[in-house]
Amino acid sequence: MNSNLWRLLKDPGAAIGIALLVAVVVVAALAPVLYPQDPWSMAGRPFLPPFTDPQFPLGTDMMGRDIAAGLAYGARVSLIVGIVSTACAIVLGVTLGGIAGYYGGLADDALMRVTEFFQTIPTFIFALVMVAILSPSILSIILAIGIVSWPPVARLVRAEFASLRGREFVQAAIALGESDRHIILRQILPNTLSPVLVMGSLMVASAILTEAAISFLGLGDPNMMSWGYMIGASRTVIRQAWWMSFFPGLVIVLVVLMINLVGEGLNDVLNPRLARKGRA
Amino acid sequence: MKDLALTRRTLLAGASATSLLSLLPGPALAAGGAGVLNVIAFPEPPTLFIGLDQNGSTQTVAGKIYESLLTYDFDFTPRPSLAKSWEISPDGRTYTFKLQENAKWHDGKPFTADDVVFTTKEFLMEVHPRARVIFENCETIEALDPHTVRFALKKPFAPFLMAFEMSTAPMIPAHLYKGTNYRTNPNNAKPIGTGPFKLAEWQKGSFIRLVRNPDYHGEGEPHLDEMYFHILPDAGSRALALEQGRVQQTQFQDLEPFDVQRLASLPNIQLITKGYEFYAPVARIEFNTRVKPFDDKRFRQAVNYALDRKAILDTIFFSQGRVATGPLNSKTRFYDADVTRYAFDLEKAKALLDDMGLKPGANGVRTQVKFLRLPWGESWARFAEYVKQSLAKVGIAVEIESADPAGWTSRYANWDFQMTSNYPYQFGDPALGVARFFVSSNIRKGVAYSNNTGYTNPRVDELFAAGASALSDAERQKAYSEVQKILTDEVPMAWLVEVDFPTLIDKRFTDTVVSAIGVNETYRRARKVG
Repeated sequence: MNSNLWRLLKDPGAAIGIALLVAVVVVAALAPVLYPQDPWSMAGRPFLPPFTDPQFPLGTDMMGRDIAAGLAYGARVSLIVGIVSTACAIVLGVTLGGIAGYYGGLADDALMRVTEFFQTIPTFIFALVMVAILSPSILSIILAIGIVSWPPVARLVRAEFASLRGREFVQAAIALGESDRHIILRQILPNTLSPVLVMGSLMVASAILTEAAISFLGLGDPNMMSWGYMIGASRTVIRQAWWMSFFPGLVIVLVVLMINLVGEGLNDVLNPRLARKGRA
Repeated sequence: MKDLALTRRTLLAGASATSLLSLLPGPALAAGGAGVLNVIAFPEPPTLFIGLDQNGSTQTVAGKIYESLLTYDFDFTPRPSLAKSWEISPDGRTYTFKLQENAKWHDGKPFTADDVVFTTKEFLMEVHPRARVIFENCETIEALDPHTVRFALKKPFAPFLMAFEMSTAPMIPAHLYKGTNYRTNPNNAKPIGTGPFKLAEWQKGSFIRLVRNPDYHGEGEPHLDEMYFHILPDAGSRALALEQGRVQQTQFQDLEPFDVQRLASLPNIQLITKGYEFYAPVARIEFNTRVKPFDDKRFRQAVNYALDRKAILDTIFFSQGRVATGPLNSKTRFYDADVTRYAFDLEKAKALLDDMGLKPGANGVRTQVKFLRLPWGESWARFAEYVKQSLAKVGIAVEIESADPAGWTSRYANWDFQMTSNYPYQFGDPALGVARFFVSSNIRKGVAYSNNTGYTNPRVDELFAAGASALSDAERQKAYSEVQKILTDEVPMAWLVEVDFPTLIDKRFTDTVVSAIGVNETYRRARKVG
């Protein structure tokens, strides 16, 4: 694993990505220390442009709230939503996909029909509807994103399980009389983790984007500052005050890009046979 | 002419291809005409039949097509419209109107007293809740001759003369509606009124075109040849349309407040804040007085002290309005400034909360409350955030709840809220627009814009009843002054800002805003100079 990490860091894209993501995590974690007043407090003069007042390096919004503080607290929301909803999706996807792939037959058919049912609904709209029904809060957003993003995981894991189930080491384990549980958790699952890890890292990025879009449309948690909300709220003043939507937008682009770089890097490291060099 | 037709066809063809052009197919043709006014209609009216729908934009368009008996000056003095004169008996129980003799419906039939009787006695009583409350006071409504109508009231009802405003009592043609199902009548799709303009064409999602009514009863009126109402759903494109001169007028909340300031400074645009007296809303927070801690007057007063009205006016409403002092807008009749005022005072607020026994906990929080925010645009979202911040300073932790418009209306109507914001119209008279929120007889579950706070005070009930039936304005003022004192002491609501709406209009147009209903008026006198 250490050598894997080393190889990942040698990939310049992934290295930059990791560095920036670590910085974002640090800022998110230290937000209450860096900005002791909460991000909603009307700390300064409204409509203050960036780079004019050292106290508000990125300016203030139409109610005099510090944009930089908003970005720091918004990072918490984005990271929490991205990571927790992806974790939910992976747990759900791995469980269902694993059962379907290992047992096959009727269980497989039933679970895959359910998966297909979920895949036929446009994910973003489905997530929006769920948030609207459950009433907007960070929990309902995490839940909604988790529920719409597990089907691809389930399909991936099912395929891996189905193929590994026929391998000799699994057959040997069966012949030795190991329990299904043991075989699934100890023999097969560790061998499917690489692709799931790669997929999960990319899902974090798309979860962050989905949360931003939901908040942009005004369905975010009204009590938590998020990047999407910042853009949505200042969209109408974009001609007077570009910075209010520009900085959160820039941060979203950067973070999503970095996560993708890291995901690609992971892919190269963990699936050497599918590495980009090989494909080219 | 051929060129014009070609331009128009090209434009319309392009319209289907690009959404931006589809927003404005009319003006390319219209710009050349002498008396053409381009206005924005936002949102698109669901119908132009004012009898069944009184939404804001419906009124703006249908106000040119339909009329009532009267119209009102900025100070609410009644002026002739379809009635040319009127008399009130000394006991305040009989109102007799003489009608315009040359008024005709758009289909050529004469407008007579029978139409007035049908409208007020049958039509409005069935379909118009706000008018029903007024005309319920009538014992008889009869036509004395084809051009004279008499209303006899059961008992004096002082604001009765305010009932003949276009959206409250629009005159409906009896020959087309009498004995039919009003809601499914095919004439609803082609409005027939008596107004100075007739509907010529309605391209759904694009524009509504009205043309001059040559048979209008006003001598030589109207002066404009055509009016276009453009459907522009996006605030940015509305501002751009005015800036580029593709429309010459915007009203109500067509523009974002910060765009108003910018566009009002253009050399060819004037800003008019008159003409909204009839609506004159007060932005406020309503407390559900049934739930703790809002059942305690001291808590409601503390919230009132903790809010900085001037800052709300400046940061949320961009200074378009005035700080409110009580339930009546200062532009409404019977407003009294001599009431309990709530200057911004955090110490007083804390003292009241201490007095209630709500001491701050370890994290400074005394109590938790929920604020159901109004789902009508970003100003109200920012307003909710502002309230949350302000109340946090005195130890009241506010959780903002959001809902869509249907969800908000349902929760508000069914008392499923702790506090919520709102800014209803006042309709020029406390008996019509204000009493409904405070009298105990109007506590009706399931009805939005009734007494949803659950506030009851027998003295307030008495005073509102006295104010409605008093014969002289002095007596009415006495009752309403006392009511305002009581309400500002017991504060079932926090009245914050008297919201002003801006009308921005091209300086070449005059006599547009001439009455208390401003842009919803007929525009019979509006003209283009230069």
